[in-house]
Amino acid sequence: MRRLGVFGPLATHLAAPLAPTLALGLALMLGARPALAVLPSEQLANPRLEARAHAIGETLRCLVCQNETIEDSDAALAGDLRRLVRQRVLAGDSDDQVRAYLVARYGHWVLLKPPFEPDTLLLWLGPVGVILIGGVGLATLVRRRRAGEAEAPLSPDEEAALSNVMTRRDRI
Amino acid sequence: MIGEIGQIALILALMLALAQTVTLAMGAHRGDGGLIAMGRMAAALQFGFIALAFASLIMGYVENDTSIALVAAHSNFDQPFIYRVGAAWGSHEGSMLLWVLILSAYGAGVALFGEALREGLRARVLAVQGAIGAAFLGFSLLTSNPFLRLTPAPFDGAELNPILQDPGLVFHPPVLYLGYVGLSIAFSFGVASLIEGRVDADWARWVRPWVLGAWIFLTLGITMGSVWSYYTLGWGGWWFWDPVENASLMPWLLATALLHCCLVLEKRGALASWTILLAILAFSMSLVGTFLVRSGVLTSVHAFAVDPKRGAYLLGMIGTLTGAALALFAWRAPALKTGALFSAVSKEYAITLNNLFLVAATATVFLGTFYPVFMDALHGDKLSVGPPYFNATFAPIFMALFVLVSAGPMLNWKRDSLPGLWMRLRVPAAAAALVLVAGILIFGLRHALAALGFGLGIWLVLGAGLAPWRRWKGAPKGGLWARVRSTPLAVYGLVLAHAGLGVTTLGVTAMEGWQSQAVAAMHVGDRLSLAHRTYTLESVRQVEGPNYQAIQARFEVQGPFGAHALSTERRIYPASGTPSTAAGIAVGALGNDYVAIGEAAGPGALVVRAWRHPLVNLIWGGAFLMALGGAVSLADRRLRVAAIARTRAATSLAGAAA
Repeated sequence: MRRLGVFGPLATHLAAPLAPTLALGLALMLGARPALAVLPSEQLANPRLEARAHAIGETLRCLVCQNETIEDSDAALAGDLRRLVRQRVLAGDSDDQVRAYLVARYGHWVLLKPPFEPDTLLLWLGPVGVILIGGVGLATLVRRRRAGEAEAPLSPDEEAALSNVMTRRDRI
Repeated sequence: MIGEIGQIALILALMLALAQTVTLAMGAHRGDGGLIAMGRMAAALQFGFIALAFASLIMGYVENDTSIALVAAHSNFDQPFIYRVGAAWGSHEGSMLLWVLILSAYGAGVALFGEALREGLRARVLAVQGAIGAAFLGFSLLTSNPFLRLTPAPFDGAELNPILQDPGLVFHPPVLYLGYVGLSIAFSFGVASLIEGRVDADWARWVRPWVLGAWIFLTLGITMGSVWSYYTLGWGGWWFWDPVENASLMPWLLATALLHCCLVLEKRGALASWTILLAILAFSMSLVGTFLVRSGVLTSVHAFAVDPKRGAYLLGMIGTLTGAALALFAWRAPALKTGALFSAVSKEYAITLNNLFLVAATATVFLGTFYPVFMDALHGDKLSVGPPYFNATFAPIFMALFVLVSAGPMLNWKRDSLPGLWMRLRVPAAAAALVLVAGILIFGLRHALAALGFGLGIWLVLGAGLAPWRRWKGAPKGGLWARVRSTPLAVYGLVLAHAGLGVTTLGVTAMEGWQSQAVAAMHVGDRLSLAHRTYTLESVRQVEGPNYQAIQARFEVQGPFGAHALSTERRIYPASGTPSTAAGIAVGALGNDYVAIGEAAGPGALVVRAWRHPLVNLIWGGAFLMALGGAVSLADRRLRVAAIARTRAATSLAGAAA
């Protein structure tokens, strides 16, 4: 389902928040026949640079797809982004510069790993918070248990019940 | 006619579910055995009527009765028989019907076979189960009625999504649903015990087999889904951190946590309120998963048709069910007895830590899945959270958890010593350290993380073996076999499950560190080299399937261990015009060769993508081992619980005689 029949509705879904010109561009691109993910013609001749471009591409979202990286996607837009990434890599940009270049054009939506910033504090620190709070809870639990370990002796009722059990066992 | 039978059966089932809740709640409150018996009957009948409705829908598909709108949308005469049957749960409405069918089957199971339960507890469990059933039946009837008629009926129907036309469809959803919905029993037990105000070791003993069963099905269902996406999506991934995959992972993580803390409650009577909370949360995550798939909040691979009305109903229902359960928890849990004491070095403590890590992992998945939705709703910011986020957060938490997994079974209950533990674990620890160091030396620091992954995998596999070893070693001469036989099955279940986790870890590590890929435009006769293998494109031809046309490419793959043929297809389904891929996969013990073709790349040329997936089958093999471990453990419990019941019956008889 990942690659099928989703482009039409998604184009309208995505088009709304985007600038009209981009929406037109998207609609045009989506009309084109889909190709298959990374194409031979797109690859860089230098395998080291190609590997770097591929690694960068895997952290970038195909903007018109559902949770696909531009390296995996069939959409025409993903092809454009792949070529863009490779151009920037050839031009000598660092990995971060390539990503910054794409963020400047498409916004944070393009990054599959959101940056650490005020808006994403909860996202990044949430799991750490769970561990910290849980850890503190656990530590106090054990301390409280240890403090309570030398607990009160049995109540008279419990004593009676205990001796009751003991004598019954004797009888058997 | 068949549609009306189904429709009426479904309406009757809703009424029975309501009756079940009311009679059992009242019966349990007043201690009225007659009302309780009536409610149990309603639970069994509810299942019967839903089964009738489900059978009607399947009949509609089999007969290709296009006057039923749902059938017309997903079935045609050319569609193979098995996929017309499977189409019954391949759509939103049909899969909802499967959901309520399984829900009511679990309810009927408790009603008919739960004799070992306390009467009051069983009645309350079934009352809660009935309420959940009523909520879902209402959802089905009000917003997603599978039996709506279509006039005039079209001559032939449309088509089931081609990707779903696969044996995977026949097994994956039912098994996964058995898991999701199985957690409803844990939820019902949790809520029932809060109403009763009583949670004890007996409660854990009853609820654990249900959780274990649900966990086994969840494990199997997720694994099947992963295998299915591996061979159909055509680019050889096994996990995508897709929202719907995440939706199945969250209940699995919490069910795993629940299984382990039930053990503490059963053996030591501790962690009662935490166990109840987990039971509530685990099923809530199942519900959230349903919401995710069906509301259209997240567009995803698995998403069904988007309909805001459904989303609103589901959100309301989840809010009510979970909210009521949590409110009840907040009110009643403080009254629950706090359990036995344990020290910071003990099995209880290790399991509590295990729970902490599993909950943190769940929180990660939850945040990653819903953050984009929250941000969008809060201030319209578009934000993506994808695999790089999960790799950065989920992986470290799981690595920490893995350290515990082998230590847990080696710890004594209540109190233990660290030096003693270290002595017991020195063999797997040394082996893991050796693998880590050797890995770094051989593959370089670049692969340090992969070396760590292998080390952890070895740690898990060897650590799992320690549990029975500890029982066997030091056996007198000739007494080893007796010890092997007297070791409870549950211990072997533990070994399989923990070792399975290790095996999966090894597979994931190999895939993350060493999978390789090549892309080329190829003519017939061209060669492509990848990972010591040469792919030669032998032929390209057109083939006809039952309801599709395809381009089939045949390759010869020359590898280090000889040559083999591989064929792959790109299909077009004319009924809907959708394409799909049938990847060519050569499965091997050391890994798979995987090839897929795309569009034409110029005259007479095809775009070919080839992959080498080292040890990828270990990922699923390990997962199946985990499920098998669960099944072995379940078999043991059944026998043991039956034995206890027999002993009890015998002693009470003896008591009566005396």
